[in-house]
Amino acid sequence: MNIHEYQAKELFKKHRIPIPDGGVAFNAGSAKSIAEELHGFPVIVKAQIHAGGRGKAGGVKVAKNSSEVVRFAKEMLGMTLITKQTGPQGKTVNKILIESGVNIEKELYFSILPDRTSAKILIIASLAGGMDIEEVAEKTPEKIVKVYVDPISGIQGFQLRKVAYGLNLDPSLTRQLMAMVRNLYELFVMYDCSLLEINPLVITQEKQLMAIDAKINFDDNALYRQKEVIEYRDVDEEDPLEVEASKYNLNYIKMDGNIGNMVNGAGLAMATMDIIKQAGAEPANFLDVGGGANAEQVENAFRIMLSDTNVKGILINIFGGILRCDVLATGVVEASRKVGLTLPVVVRMEGTNVDAGRKILSDSGLNLMTATDLKDAAQKVAQMAQV
Amino acid sequence: MSIFVDKNTRVVVQGITGKEGSFHARQCISYGTQVVAGVTPNKGGQMMDDVPVFNTVIDAVNQTDANCSLIFVPAPFCADAIMESADAGVDLIVAITEGIPVLDMMKVKKYIENLPVRLIGPNCPGIITPGEAKIGIMPGNIHKPGGPIGVVSRSGTLTYEVVHQLTQNGLGQTTCIGIGGDPVNGTNFIDVLKAFQEDNNTQGVVMVGEIGGNAEELASEYIKKHMTKPVIGFIAGLTAPPGRRMGHAGAIVSGNSGTAQAKIQAMKEADVHVCENLGNLGNLAKTIFQ
Repeated sequence: MNIHEYQAKELFKKHRIPIPDGGVAFNAGSAKSIAEELHGFPVIVKAQIHAGGRGKAGGVKVAKNSSEVVRFAKEMLGMTLITKQTGPQGKTVNKILIESGVNIEKELYFSILPDRTSAKILIIASLAGGMDIEEVAEKTPEKIVKVYVDPISGIQGFQLRKVAYGLNLDPSLTRQLMAMVRNLYELFVMYDCSLLEINPLVITQEKQLMAIDAKINFDDNALYRQKEVIEYRDVDEEDPLEVEASKYNLNYIKMDGNIGNMVNGAGLAMATMDIIKQAGAEPANFLDVGGGANAEQVENAFRIMLSDTNVKGILINIFGGILRCDVLATGVVEASRKVGLTLPVVVRMEGTNVDAGRKILSDSGLNLMTATDLKDAAQKVAQMAQV
Repeated sequence: MSIFVDKNTRVVVQGITGKEGSFHARQCISYGTQVVAGVTPNKGGQMMDDVPVFNTVIDAVNQTDANCSLIFVPAPFCADAIMESADAGVDLIVAITEGIPVLDMMKVKKYIENLPVRLIGPNCPGIITPGEAKIGIMPGNIHKPGGPIGVVSRSGTLTYEVVHQLTQNGLGQTTCIGIGGDPVNGTNFIDVLKAFQEDNNTQGVVMVGEIGGNAEELASEYIKKHMTKPVIGFIAGLTAPPGRRMGHAGAIVSGNSGTAQAKIQAMKEADVHVCENLGNLGNLAKTIFQ
């Protein structure tokens, strides 16, 4: 799960990570009053969306006075911001963060994330702030400090020193940085974060460390024990169809293609999307109905897939194990009748009760094409795509 | 011959009185697996069909000589269940449960690191040695006993698809293992490849990967250096959009890392026979392994 920058900064403030003074506004009036309560100008106006790359796209502005704050607030609120992370459709700005300007002397990079291979918590810090960290890692790896923390023993003093001295900071900043890293590590673990990133972390001219940006993602599997984090969910930032699918425990991700597909199991669902592409079409979605789906879930999955108006044809690919083919077939037939299905559908089923499932489909009188195997399914998808 | 499990493996099912646990325990028993015990706290002394239920894994191990645990415990309690099994001294733990928090799995991994136990999963279909033992949730009937192919995969139904195609083409399997779709798991590709390389009956391996992490790249390096048996590789997720988790917690392309293209490239450099189109996998296997 993702949250907004202003929400991440709320968590930072609670955990004594220094951030600029500021507040979130939903309209130009409150933006103005927040700005006027800060300690003078300039102030920064930042669009709040779940995507990076806002600065280059016009989502971050420096205001020299109150009337500029109002002007920028009016421009930003309601605008569609297209950044390199939003995709071509962009994201609508509904909230803006108003913050005091900071006198920046130097920009650093800082992040914490779980490292899959070592099964440790990885802290990354770099002198090259404000830049793409992958690019830094590739071109100037010597500028990056990496520290791996054992999750059982937790963070130790020597590891804090490794980060602080590794960055070659002015001695007056070393103590500040070590305290900050300890607090960030504790925050990361306490809230089951899957990524915590500050880019840039700045050193001000007054020799203070400060988090100018803040990005936190959380481990979805741990949300059951993170009640405070769940409160931060902003469904406006999510695709409406994905929000709908999540109500039925369906794993649905909307994409830009025209061939809808419904599959059981995430790996097979990805492979099915790839098959659609290889057949010369584009997948309209990822949809995993899971191993134990019932007829009702299948019906909801079908309905959600069909409410994407780009969809011109559908491929259903089920390998029946726990999910029996006859259950799947019943769900498909009922859903097709209810929604008055007009689109072509290719059904490829294999596994438990496949004969019963095929019979239900062929007896239904619906226009459902049966594919004997994946190769056959791909050919039929290619035909659909050409129509 | 097979790897990790055979007809002598004695299984204790953790969470055996739950809906999933009882259903799959029965399926495993009807396949011929020796399910000798179950564990559910506070239900010790009960029976699940003919299987005695214990309060703790250590009780089950002491009284039934179970040497493998199969776990269906819900995600919030699963890390605890895995560590309990490791502490009780079983040789193999198969964790089916999906949805364990990453931080919990990291602690599990550190906890079992120096114990003589192998963990398969979590978030996996389990392990099967066709004709001998099914310790997991896969449909048994799609498998063909006797080898000569070993199968290792990060996925569930995608593995069934692969196994089905092998069987349709007359190729049996020695052992099939799902190592799971989570970012932090127990047994990895290399552990399994090594075991298949050393297994006399396994003549070739099918390895099924997907986007996210670099396990396939590391496995490719291992194959290049140490494998003499032919390997077929398949990677799911060529069309997956970056930054999105594709169902499995571990299936995510972050920046330039974890892409299907990079994994396919690494496999090719290790002389793995890369299957680019899943529909052709069975045919490809037939031409290579026969």
